[in-house]
Amino acid sequence: MSVPILEVKEVYKYFKDVKAVDGISFSVNTGEFIALLGPNGAGKTTTVEMIEGIQKQASGAISISGMNWANHESSLHQIISLSLQETRFIDKLTVKETIQLFASFYRLPQGRVDEVIEIVALHEKYKSYVESLSGGQRQKLALAIALLNKAPLLLLDEPTTGLDPTARREIWNILMNLKKERNTSLILTTHYMEEAEYLCDRIIIMDKGKILAQGSLDELLSANNSKEIIEFSTKDNVSEQFYCDEGVYKLIWDENTFSGKLIVKSIVEQLPVFLQKIKDNDVKLSRLECRKLTLDDLFISMTGKHLGD
Amino acid sequence: MLTRSFVQLILVQIRDFYREPAVLFWSFLFPILMAWGLGIAFSKKPETTKTIALVISERKSTSAFEMLCKSNHFEKRLDSISKTYTYNISYGNENLGITHFRLKPASWEQAKLMVKRGNAPLIIAINEGKLEYHFDKYSSEGQLAYLQLISLFNGKNTTIQQAEIKPMTEKGTRYIDFLIPGLIAMNVMMSTMWGISYTLIEARTKKLLRRMVATPMPKWEYILSHISARIVLCFAEAAIIFAFAYYYFDIKVEGSILALIVLFLSGILGFSGLAVLIASRTAKTQIGNGLINLIVMPMMLLSGIYFSYHNFPDAVIPFIQALPLTMLADGVKAIFNERAGFAEVWKYILILNGFGLITFVIGLKCYKWY
Repeated sequence: MSVPILEVKEVYKYFKDVKAVDGISFSVNTGEFIALLGPNGAGKTTTVEMIEGIQKQASGAISISGMNWANHESSLHQIISLSLQETRFIDKLTVKETIQLFASFYRLPQGRVDEVIEIVALHEKYKSYVESLSGGQRQKLALAIALLNKAPLLLLDEPTTGLDPTARREIWNILMNLKKERNTSLILTTHYMEEAEYLCDRIIIMDKGKILAQGSLDELLSANNSKEIIEFSTKDNVSEQFYCDEGVYKLIWDENTFSGKLIVKSIVEQLPVFLQKIKDNDVKLSRLECRKLTLDDLFISMTGKHLGD
Repeated sequence: MLTRSFVQLILVQIRDFYREPAVLFWSFLFPILMAWGLGIAFSKKPETTKTIALVISERKSTSAFEMLCKSNHFEKRLDSISKTYTYNISYGNENLGITHFRLKPASWEQAKLMVKRGNAPLIIAINEGKLEYHFDKYSSEGQLAYLQLISLFNGKNTTIQQAEIKPMTEKGTRYIDFLIPGLIAMNVMMSTMWGISYTLIEARTKKLLRRMVATPMPKWEYILSHISARIVLCFAEAAIIFAFAYYYFDIKVEGSILALIVLFLSGILGFSGLAVLIASRTAKTQIGNGLINLIVMPMMLLSGIYFSYHNFPDAVIPFIQALPLTMLADGVKAIFNERAGFAEVWKYILILNGFGLITFVIGLKCYKWY
């Protein structure tokens, strides 16, 4: 039985009239990797920043290893480490000087500075000014600083946004090593489904400040495991009602491209019915694909939006 | 006190400073250029030339005036470019300073235009052989020209005794002696207000602070590092201005050097506190820009940096004297030129430090970290 390192209970946060976070509860166990998935404005960053102590919740409790920000600020700074959605550093400092500065806040020796530079593979850039770094290198620098104090709980807000697949893969490997070697816990916000799938033990889907679903990838999918997908496009415009049948759970229809997704109980049973209907009514198919439900489909069916929206 | 993180934070400020060439120019070269320009403009007054408009209405007056000129040894000269005659005469001697007058014949309209444009301080009109002097009675330049000219026309130029005029050329009485200590004081204000306030506000708007406050960094260390770095930079800036003034204008500190250093430091601390207060809640650099200018501009003009504040009405002088820049500038000037020491400037030291401490504490209390 693992011990929770973080417990979030009934947390609310408002910005003027907007409910940024609307009563969420979840916990993170030691050594567990959690992904917060949600479209922009879902409340992911606000949630993460409340855990980081950068913002205060309007109500509810956040407990980290049994401590809270009101009473244990200095201890919590040692337990938590983070990278912000967009971290700005001082332009005219070098990579090494920037990491040295942050290391001095944690009273860490020079050796640790060299170690994290090595871990994120920035050694070729360690004498360059921060202003000359590419987006990916900046993300790596932010990660290096997050790794400095070997915190047991790491919060990374979109650590790979805007990175190319190779750079993203490098960061994934660094994080997987942390999990293996130090049993680090991680909360990650991301727009990338495959990032959540690859890295995280558990996924929390958020929208409009609320948690819509949480669980492991298998749990989320198996709750919907009797569902499969028929994806298709047609050449003619036919009313979307046309496709709705007894065996169809849901139709996601795009009237601009005449394409749709039928979420069905069984492809084997439903596909012949679908094709017969198409043939009888002389509708021309331009594309047809049958597959299992993915996290992406689940997300769209829950929030009505793509992750990047 | 001197923890490793504190040293690192100070280094950040100093590196940020010297790695930006434009900052180096404004901090070091610009004050020197200003001191040099103003020093040259006001301290070396060579012989001056004044143009006077001469309006002669009738022919009869012309001959009378020519007679007058002849008897007073005026020189009639043809200007080769404008093809007009001017009457030239010099007033004064090397002890008094020499002024050359160039009387330029003009119509009444032209003469008025010359005064309006500041080309001539005075108009001489000759009516029926009589001289009339037209000038703005509030203009000291017009008054002076009048006095000089009537003594010339009365033939009294030669009666000025060499012996009774004692030119003051000793140190401490020149305009440059007044200007340089004031510039050094003003530089403290500019350097701290822009260097600390603006940098702090910028760090907040650029979200540089956000990541740092999520570490165990002590917050007071962050603010104090800005002030510490500024102390180092202010001393460097003042040393450079002083070195220039010492070699170029032969300016010396006649009073207590130690008192000067303590007063200077108090000035930095006083303005640093104010700078922290200004930066404590300002969320935008544009607003910061306005706020800093609002504080800096009036002091620049009122505190007696370029000209004495005793020219202002008596009623406002106590208020001017209560301004931090006035205190710092008056103290620095007294030490430079009046042989002052701690006995004369301790009050300024006390007030500037107290002012700095109070504003710093209030600023820190209501500082908006994110």
